[in-house]
Amino acid sequence: MAVPSFLARERIVARPGFNRWLIPPAALAVHLCIGQAYATSVYKTALVQHFDSSLTAIGIIFSLAIVMLGLSAAAFGTWVDRNGPRAAMFTAAVLWSAGFLVGALGISTNQLWLVYLGYGVLGGIGLGIGYISPVSTLIKWFPDRPGLATGMAIMGFGGGALIASPISRQLMNFYDEGYDGTAGTVPAGSAVALLFVTLGLVYLAFMLFGALIVRVPAPDWRPHGFDPATVKQKSLVTTENVSAGNAIRTPQFWLLWVALFCNVTAGIGILEQAAPMIQDFFRDGSTSAVTAAAAAGFVGVLSLFNMGGRFAWSTTSDYIGRKPMYMIYLGVGLVLYVLLATVGSSATWLFVILAALIISFYGGGFSTAPAYLRDLFGTFQVGAIHGRLLTAWSAAGIAGPLIINGVLDSRGTPGELVAGDYRPALFIMVGLLAVGFVANLMIKQVDSKWFEPKGTDVPTAASSTERSATR
Amino acid sequence: MSTPERPATHTPTALIAFAWLLVGVPLAYGLFNTVRTASTLFGG
Repeated sequence: MAVPSFLARERIVARPGFNRWLIPPAALAVHLCIGQAYATSVYKTALVQHFDSSLTAIGIIFSLAIVMLGLSAAAFGTWVDRNGPRAAMFTAAVLWSAGFLVGALGISTNQLWLVYLGYGVLGGIGLGIGYISPVSTLIKWFPDRPGLATGMAIMGFGGGALIASPISRQLMNFYDEGYDGTAGTVPAGSAVALLFVTLGLVYLAFMLFGALIVRVPAPDWRPHGFDPATVKQKSLVTTENVSAGNAIRTPQFWLLWVALFCNVTAGIGILEQAAPMIQDFFRDGSTSAVTAAAAAGFVGVLSLFNMGGRFAWSTTSDYIGRKPMYMIYLGVGLVLYVLLATVGSSATWLFVILAALIISFYGGGFSTAPAYLRDLFGTFQVGAIHGRLLTAWSAAGIAGPLIINGVLDSRGTPGELVAGDYRPALFIMVGLLAVGFVANLMIKQVDSKWFEPKGTDVPTAASSTERSATR
Repeated sequence: MSTPERPATHTPTALIAFAWLLVGVPLAYGLFNTVRTASTLFGG
């Protein structure tokens, strides 16, 4: 599928002397917008009342978007790699924005299916394309520090929710004066529709700015003083290239898929239940030592560690290596989970520290994955391979809540649960992390039979068109 | 495949600063609000 020439990869090849530090804000401009997907809870109750529906029916909007994220990242990954980041960011911006606008139409006309189609399907496809759009470009601009580069972008996805939650409350208050953001007040459906229109237009402008400034490095470009031979000396790191089609035929891809799936599932186990979980852990009879406000504060702490972990741990992986980093996520994470299950209820501070570290590992797993793929399969189609790997996220998005909710449902009713009721679910997560740890341990260098012929580096058939405009 | 000579460019520092500011300001706003919410956990 060809793209208009102003979006083509050939049009955005950077000239010598271009400053690569313009690329991280381009990537952040996209990820900060699509990170809104994790802030849907601010208008969930309003939509339940507006459509006179259930939490489950409204929850489908978010679930649909996350499933479409994984599917579209896998399906369009090769297209993204072939056509470059500007085409991908532009497409993501249009779809993400259209998702909000169609969703707003659905709310205004009381048609829930339009919200499913808009935010869930169109927006979800925009999410998937947007998520992978800057990743391979960043890896190519920062071959000396790919973990730092992908950490910066994927940190933005965590940061997007931190921005969208308070701004959404303020906008809904602006559109509906009866809503002040405190517990007990719910914004009108019309305020949510106007919020959707506002977010759709603002996100469109923001993401298009990212598409406008993004550039790809010339094939022969190297950072000053960078010698690729020094990278090759590190364990597991290759300077060869493997296509996306071949990558998914290697055991390394599927072992990493399992490791990511286990890490994400374990993290979702806490994220899914964060606020009620801390109250239940310190419950004495019908009352908890942790107030609802403090529980909301705990969710805030987890958000900060989720975002911080994406940057800090991924950057650390540049120094200690991707495989050891995943051993920490899964091995230390396993120990932390055991401590949470056994002594987590002894003190609030201990519970918070353990949970926050686990969530930082959850975030770190996401941001380290693309750099891990670069190490194993090279830069040739790393965006497409990353897209396929994200199906692990979709699967974990189903498995994590199923495990935690399934166990808790069998133990009692919400509001009456205590720390002991969480133990079976936490120990299932320990088992999952053990499986992930072993899977990561089994990852070895990719067999040379999968390598592309020498000289395969730029993923476009038009790379020989040297009349292309460069900037 | 030979790479043709391409004129060098210079990325204006102001553009880089503007781009970082554009993403940094909303992020700082989000962080500030989240830290404020999180502080309720420790403030009792």
